[in-house]
Amino acid sequence: MAARIHGGAATALSTFNPKKLVAPSRTNLPAAARSSKRCIVAGGGSDASKKSLSVRHSQKLIANAAVATKAETSATTGTGHELLLFEALQEGLEEEMDRDPHVCVMGEDVGHYGGSYKVTKGLADKFGDLRVLDTPICENAFTGMGIGAAMTGLRPVIEGMNMGFLLLAFNQISNNCGMLHYTSGGQFTIPVVIRGPGGVGRQLGAEHSQRLESYFQSIPGIQMVACSTPYNAKGLMKAAIRSENPVILFEHVLLYNLKEKIPDEEYICNLEEAEMVRPGEHITILTYSRMRYHVMQAAKTLVNKGYDPEVIDIRSLKPFDLYTIGNSVKKTHRVLIVEECMRTGGIGASLTAAINENFHDYLDAPVMCLSSQDVPTPYAGTLEEWTVVQPAQIVTAVEQLCQ
Amino acid sequence: MATSFSATLPLHGSQENRLLLPPIRLAPPPSSFLGSTRSLTIPSSRRLYHAHASRRSPVVGVQEVVKEKKVTNSLLITKEEGLVLYEDMILGRSFEDMCAQMYYRGKMFGFVHLYNGQEAVSTGFIKLLTQSDSVVSTYRDHVHALSKGVSARAVMSELFGKVTGCCRGQGGSMHMFSKEHNMLGGFAFIGEGIPVATGAAFTSKYKREVLKQDCDDVTVAFFGDGTCNNGQFYECLNMAALYKLPIIFVVENNLWAIGMSHLRSTSDPEIWKKGPAFGMPGVHVDGMDVLKVREVAKEAVTRARRGEGPTLVECETYRFRGHSLADPDELRDAAEKAKYAARDPITALKKYLVENKLANEGELKTIEKKIDELVEEAVEFADASPQPGRSQLLENVFADPKGFGIGPDGRYRCEDPKFTEGTAQV
Repeated sequence: MAARIHGGAATALSTFNPKKLVAPSRTNLPAAARSSKRCIVAGGGSDASKKSLSVRHSQKLIANAAVATKAETSATTGTGHELLLFEALQEGLEEEMDRDPHVCVMGEDVGHYGGSYKVTKGLADKFGDLRVLDTPICENAFTGMGIGAAMTGLRPVIEGMNMGFLLLAFNQISNNCGMLHYTSGGQFTIPVVIRGPGGVGRQLGAEHSQRLESYFQSIPGIQMVACSTPYNAKGLMKAAIRSENPVILFEHVLLYNLKEKIPDEEYICNLEEAEMVRPGEHITILTYSRMRYHVMQAAKTLVNKGYDPEVIDIRSLKPFDLYTIGNSVKKTHRVLIVEECMRTGGIGASLTAAINENFHDYLDAPVMCLSSQDVPTPYAGTLEEWTVVQPAQIVTAVEQLCQ
Repeated sequence: MATSFSATLPLHGSQENRLLLPPIRLAPPPSSFLGSTRSLTIPSSRRLYHAHASRRSPVVGVQEVVKEKKVTNSLLITKEEGLVLYEDMILGRSFEDMCAQMYYRGKMFGFVHLYNGQEAVSTGFIKLLTQSDSVVSTYRDHVHALSKGVSARAVMSELFGKVTGCCRGQGGSMHMFSKEHNMLGGFAFIGEGIPVATGAAFTSKYKREVLKQDCDDVTVAFFGDGTCNNGQFYECLNMAALYKLPIIFVVENNLWAIGMSHLRSTSDPEIWKKGPAFGMPGVHVDGMDVLKVREVAKEAVTRARRGEGPTLVECETYRFRGHSLADPDELRDAAEKAKYAARDPITALKKYLVENKLANEGELKTIEKKIDELVEEAVEFADASPQPGRSQLLENVFADPKGFGIGPDGRYRCEDPKFTEGTAQV
């Protein structure tokens, strides 16, 4: 991924054709900042080159204070090991379980079966049946059990075999997980991690293809993150387990077999931070989870057509990283949100509202949001394909916005 | 309707009535196919033993034991214990009466559910627990909190919505929490607390078996008859018995769920029978008699501490007031109310103490006076306490306030002093 970013930036610089681009670019960030290895855009927009070095430096420091910079990935340093996303999740989980004996896992088929997506494979043999608990099929009760255990000192990782099953646990997630820290006046903390695969898979049918991020996003007191690469999967898993807040970690059924090289040394990702996938100039594309890959595929086409999209994987679905997003909006002035969530009341809808509220003055065009259709995901392959956003639609939308 | 039902189905406690009940149906013998590598730890003969809980389990036979003890003139409690029990019940009663007064004077609002009449259950169980044992309750939780050790001041302030309340005024009547006393709430939806109690019991087992700590904490989950038709109850009975968790499920069967009679809503109204269906003993006890409850509780708590697993205890009890202070309580029959008022647990204990020369009227009067003063002082304290300030609104939403996210300026919102003060010390 990191290699891609640098390659992308270099390509953008080389293929940028001022005649082809219709909308004038307002930003004139110095080249040094653009090809910076840091994935966070340091400092403000157009005035950066004019400000003194010390101011720019202090701006960078402020940025770093709030938002931890992504470490040099192994892709650039050359060491590290390659693995699949589910293995990265397993590695993160195992490391945290080794580190803190209070971390435990509960869910259906997590123990002897190794997890229905093999995320907990081998953990029951290593840590025992009580630390990796095979529960009966009672989502509401075992989620509540995890919450009660968290209140009394443990740090459970609760797995929903499919995110959709967590609808049965909604009572516990909403009333207890999110709210008990507040209603108890701060006396009890609920350091649970609720994780599971969601999203539209390969013809899994409507009920197994649900995206619950929109349903959970209003619950006060929880944080939601979505992982998309082996690197951030492991990092977010570790960060979520170490966090004192209840965190819902959304994984995607189709991303479990992604392969990437990740560092050997220990690292965690910041839970509240968005990830800059590809810096650009013309338009900001905000996305998360599987749609990141559709966007990157569209980005290839767009770059060939002369556009320079900035792609941000928002990662933190609740709360939004308004700093990274804001800096991007201030630079490009156009926003396209690409998500797999449903159109109505989805993450995109909230994000559109947040951007309009905070960065209205910086927008040259209305925020456009591409989401899945408001239909129960059909079984038929063709219909299912049309339910989610495809790269061609993204290209069309960008062209439309950049006119 | 309800009264005609209750006439035909004698549910309530006495030994004579019990024998009229239909005989216990034998549970079908367990199949030899287990489908898992886990071996069956309960031998089948003991399983059947539990299925005949009413006849042969020593836990139910306690009522006979109580009778026998009375016959042989040895008392169930000492004087000190008796006075502790009496004081606790008087505290519960006085506090709840004061709550009603304060509510009608406009000092507290919302839903307030009072515990009058059920004090024997709370006192009988909770006075056997240590500070590190956990209690989980429902919205009728003031007296559970008081019995567990939360001060009357803290509970009253919480009801008034003041900062000095046990939950800083953020929980209210239905959410009494105390980390110090391991009162795990206070839940507004019925059945919601049972999984949390199961989790607390799970932690106890985890501490013992994984962390290798010396931990024999038990958890007591209180809930009502209406909850026993809710899925969460059954799911937790299953898990508690499966993992042999140190938990006691206490059903405070007061026959009414707001206006729904237990007999109208439940296919088999005998809740204690549902325990053996999951592999744990099910006990029925007279919940208006604190000594009987205490004997049953002792056995159940000891069982849990020894690691023998959960128990389901059904306490037949009654609430003298309506479901909540907003309930006009017109549906319940006056005769039924009178019948239970005659079985007032406080009067019964008083009679027992005086008759068995454990205490005299004077001592009991002193206790009553002391509690009156305590409750009055609690009201004064709550009145004088300040209301929460604006800055408290966003505190404690997150344990780690970075959860509010990064603002457009690049800083965490929680770093902006105007946004929130961060997690405050309680």
